[in-house]
Amino acid sequence: MADPAQYRRPYWGTQPEYRFDPYGSTQQRAPAQPLVSVPQTLSETTGPHFGAEFVKKGDNDLTAGNGGSPLGERIIVSGRVLDENGRPVPDALIELWQANSAGRYLHDRDKHDAPLDPHFSGEGRTITDANGHYRFLTIKPGAYPWGNHYNGWRPQHIHFSLFGRACATRLVTQMYFPGDPLLPFDPIFNATADANARNRLIAAFDWETTVPEYALGYRFDIVLRGRNATPME
Amino acid sequence: MLYASASQTVGPYLHIGLAGLYTHDLTQDAPELAEQRIAIEGRVVDGLGAPVPDAMIEIWQANAHGRYRHPDDGRDLPLTDGFTGFARVPTGPQGEFRIVTVKPGRVPGPNGTTQAPHLVVSVFARGLLKHLSTRMYFPDEAEANAQDWVLSQVPAQRRGTLVARAQGGALHWNVALRGADETVFFDY
Repeated sequence: MADPAQYRRPYWGTQPEYRFDPYGSTQQRAPAQPLVSVPQTLSETTGPHFGAEFVKKGDNDLTAGNGGSPLGERIIVSGRVLDENGRPVPDALIELWQANSAGRYLHDRDKHDAPLDPHFSGEGRTITDANGHYRFLTIKPGAYPWGNHYNGWRPQHIHFSLFGRACATRLVTQMYFPGDPLLPFDPIFNATADANARNRLIAAFDWETTVPEYALGYRFDIVLRGRNATPME
Repeated sequence: MLYASASQTVGPYLHIGLAGLYTHDLTQDAPELAEQRIAIEGRVVDGLGAPVPDAMIEIWQANAHGRYRHPDDGRDLPLTDGFTGFARVPTGPQGEFRIVTVKPGRVPGPNGTTQAPHLVVSVFARGLLKHLSTRMYFPDEAEANAQDWVLSQVPAQRRGTLVARAQGGALHWNVALRGADETVFFDY
């Protein structure tokens, strides 16, 4: 069996390193030894597939399903999942989670003194369509403090987890909002060296997906690793 | 050409969005595998040896015949009904995790070689800006392990971190993110 076509390695600086001292939790969790570089085998160019049965109707609407309307600014987050060759990634499972509009997560470990919202769980899920499109209806999350450093605050953000076609394309990232004054001070956002790569994690306000009298639209395209055209010799 | 989006940490509240797919038993929907089941138990620890109670582990593997349930694996080998090859588990308060599965068969490796049975393992946690990629190999496959192309790329003195230990009817395998017994992680 021929060796499988390889997914490209990241261009320098476009991904964070494991160790980034301003983000304190990396100091005891980032490996100290160099990673061992290996080619992708069939084990890495395959990966789990999640069909439509994993997603129920309404799983992409975080404003419904909890017995009432959550407080906060209603937003529509939509975009496409593409690979590095610009091709859409269909059937990609997207899992999403976020704080409520007050900056509080529905989670035991979140001790921030901000109110929970009984009508908001902060969890969503969808699968991209044949053209790689996805769409969530949610609430703009609040900023919140964290203990990383004195007076540390996380910018408003939404967590995204994606499966593409392969283990090699697995991605967890965060989406940020344009104009957030906290971005220049956030160690997690700034852990990626390349400014263009960082800025691609900031959604764009979008009139086209804004629904009159209802919700503001934000557009956020996500790019997964792309494959070289020919198998490695 | 586009560049892949930058990875960001799952953070401490990952369970909110990721618990929906938690499943520790890859055989639960495959009754024909009941006799072949094995348990894998371990802990995730940090550079101080402290447990990592807010990590998540994902497993991907071939079935016992060495076939991946994926369109790119077109080899003429049987699939197993109800067996996807995927598991996702959170770590507990002591960093512990447990997975029930079957030993995968051998799959093709680089340059015409055949790989030893292994699990593809991804580790996610607060403090990991990118997930970590590693593998678990099996202790009763010494001969296959010795010929495994990927293992051969690992410095000999560190290969042991990728091989589970058999003990008390289960396989034991810890993930040390950093430190003296640091697990080997791959860049692929």
